[in-house]
Amino acid sequence: MEEFAITATGLTRRFGSLIAVNEVDLAIPKGQIYGFLGPNGSGKSTTIRMLCGLLRPSEGSASVLGLDTRRESERLKQKIGYMTQKFSLYEDLSVRENLQFVSEIYALKRAERRQRVEHLLEEFNLQKQTKQKAGTLSGGQKQRLALAAATLHRPSILFLDEPTSAVDPQNRRDFWETLFELAQHGTTILVSTHYMDEAARCHRLAILDQGVKVADGSPRELGEGMNSHVVEITAQDPDLARRCLADESDITSITQLGVRLRALLPKRVADPVDIITARLQQAQLTAQVEQVFPDLEDVFVAVTELRRRELAA
Amino acid sequence: MRSLLRVSAIMHKEFLQLSRDRLTFGMIVGIPLIQLLLFGYAINTDVRHLSAAYADEADSHLSRQFIADIGATQVVDLKQRVASAHELDALLDAGDISIGIYIPDDFDRRVLARDRQAAQLLVDGTDPIILGVAQQLTAVPLRFDSQIEPAQQQSLIELRNYYNPERRSAVNIVPGLVGVILTMTMVLFTAVAIVREKERGNLELLINTPVKTVELMLGKIFPYIFIGLIQLVIIFGLGRVFFEVPIRGDYGHILMAALLFIATNLALGLLISTSAKTQFQAMQMTFFFFLPSILLSGFMFPFDGMPPIAQSIAEVLPLTHFNRLIRGVVLRGADLFSMWSDLAALAAFFCIALTLAVARFQKRLD
Repeated sequence: MEEFAITATGLTRRFGSLIAVNEVDLAIPKGQIYGFLGPNGSGKSTTIRMLCGLLRPSEGSASVLGLDTRRESERLKQKIGYMTQKFSLYEDLSVRENLQFVSEIYALKRAERRQRVEHLLEEFNLQKQTKQKAGTLSGGQKQRLALAAATLHRPSILFLDEPTSAVDPQNRRDFWETLFELAQHGTTILVSTHYMDEAARCHRLAILDQGVKVADGSPRELGEGMNSHVVEITAQDPDLARRCLADESDITSITQLGVRLRALLPKRVADPVDIITARLQQAQLTAQVEQVFPDLEDVFVAVTELRRRELAA
Repeated sequence: MRSLLRVSAIMHKEFLQLSRDRLTFGMIVGIPLIQLLLFGYAINTDVRHLSAAYADEADSHLSRQFIADIGATQVVDLKQRVASAHELDALLDAGDISIGIYIPDDFDRRVLARDRQAAQLLVDGTDPIILGVAQQLTAVPLRFDSQIEPAQQQSLIELRNYYNPERRSAVNIVPGLVGVILTMTMVLFTAVAIVREKERGNLELLINTPVKTVELMLGKIFPYIFIGLIQLVIIFGLGRVFFEVPIRGDYGHILMAALLFIATNLALGLLISTSAKTQFQAMQMTFFFFLPSILLSGFMFPFDGMPPIAQSIAEVLPLTHFNRLIRGVVLRGADLFSMWSDLAALAAFFCIALTLAVARFQKRLD
């Protein structure tokens, strides 16, 4: 048994002169939820499509469940599930008809087909909608139906491309519960997202920026390995404090969260809290300043900011 | 076994979608119905009641008799009498009449002497069919005593009209319409079939399943074969009821020819579908194929009348071969297998189109 469900080396995809994915290496362990975090256009979808065998890599190679995605993509299809970014089931078929169609396309045995469809309708809370046309479902219902369809043939790996982009927060919570259940039963899940809180739920994640993997690891590892200090400033007038700190050259970025400001400073700065406190005192601003453990957003801002500076330099 | 299940899954899905798509469903029944009634009644190569005028400068007993005879043929409607040939010219130029009859003042002398033509037909030759009809008028007998049948006027050559003694155009049009309607609807249905899934995003899901390209193609073709047969029944049924078009051949042979032709058109549609990016493009390509099919296949104009280049183009159109087959079987009661070369051509088109469609279709997005 291989340890990794997905491995990739130097995975690159060009569309004309645009490099959508640039030399991405991946090693995704089995049975984990692995996240792709990145803004729109960062190459998340393209990477997932290459891993499914839907797009051929321009360079590099990927192996999914020990199968080469370029040459053995057909054998792969029975073993993977894929939930597209856009709803891709048939809108003019009912919920049950859609699931039945998928069960037949994957050629499950007759008894299993019936049993799986019934089970999934129940598990994904779609029993009241069995006869409803998929096109008339709400965003959350569509998403549950799509996940049900993607898991119907019990794939070992599930690729989910921004599955929660059209779903309300309660549905998102339920959705992630389901993902954890699936992972517990041994399914490897690769999910792309641009929500920080979702990325934070993953066992491990990779941060993608303009086609390049700029960081990867567990959310905690990413925080620890970050080469910046995070300083939280609670000021009465955060706007004033922000302007006062704007020209401090050691600060790479400032983000406002309500009355609080989060400032990132490079690791080489020895005493980040003192620098900021001194600055604020100069401007005669009272504020509470403390160093905090970085969260994912800090990591994201730090690594993407760092890359931009490197590119600019 | 698994293949069969996947093909039937796609078929079942297509049927469900078809039954819910009222517009398409309306097209299946509506197109044959409307086109059959429209073309069946409208297209008529046996022209009658052409507008005509005459200038009778002789104004003799004989010339009046002659004009009456021409009027009695019902080929022309003698709308007005004018004074001179010039006026006939003017009427022709204006498009008011298609045929002008000019009778000179020495008409009687010419008929008697038989040394020169006695009368003139001025014909709008821009439409060859009208010219052909005018030709018939030259056979109107000219003699002083119409009671006597002069023996020497009997033509040396006898013409016998086979298969269509009443010279009804519908007999020729209706079997031809089967091919035209099937070409239009069948190619169009499958031409948009895959593009539509592409546009709606369904294809990205479908190509990520174990379904094989051939299974997908066959699953798309089979439901429409059934629809093609419905159209076949509608056209021949109505052709029988409204236009009394006889079916002289074997029903089994008609079915076989139609099945092969339907499958060929569906495969061609799929081929279009693999090349088009949008449904609109697919439709444009369909019409690009449809127009030469109608004009060159022998549906509109006799195949033998076309120049060699047009004939060779027509030979690569499935409709040309189907027209020969279906007219042969339906109207002449011919044995399908006596026209094996046309059958073989259709079978070859089907195989080539399906193979190309399967080869061109990629289970990838790039």
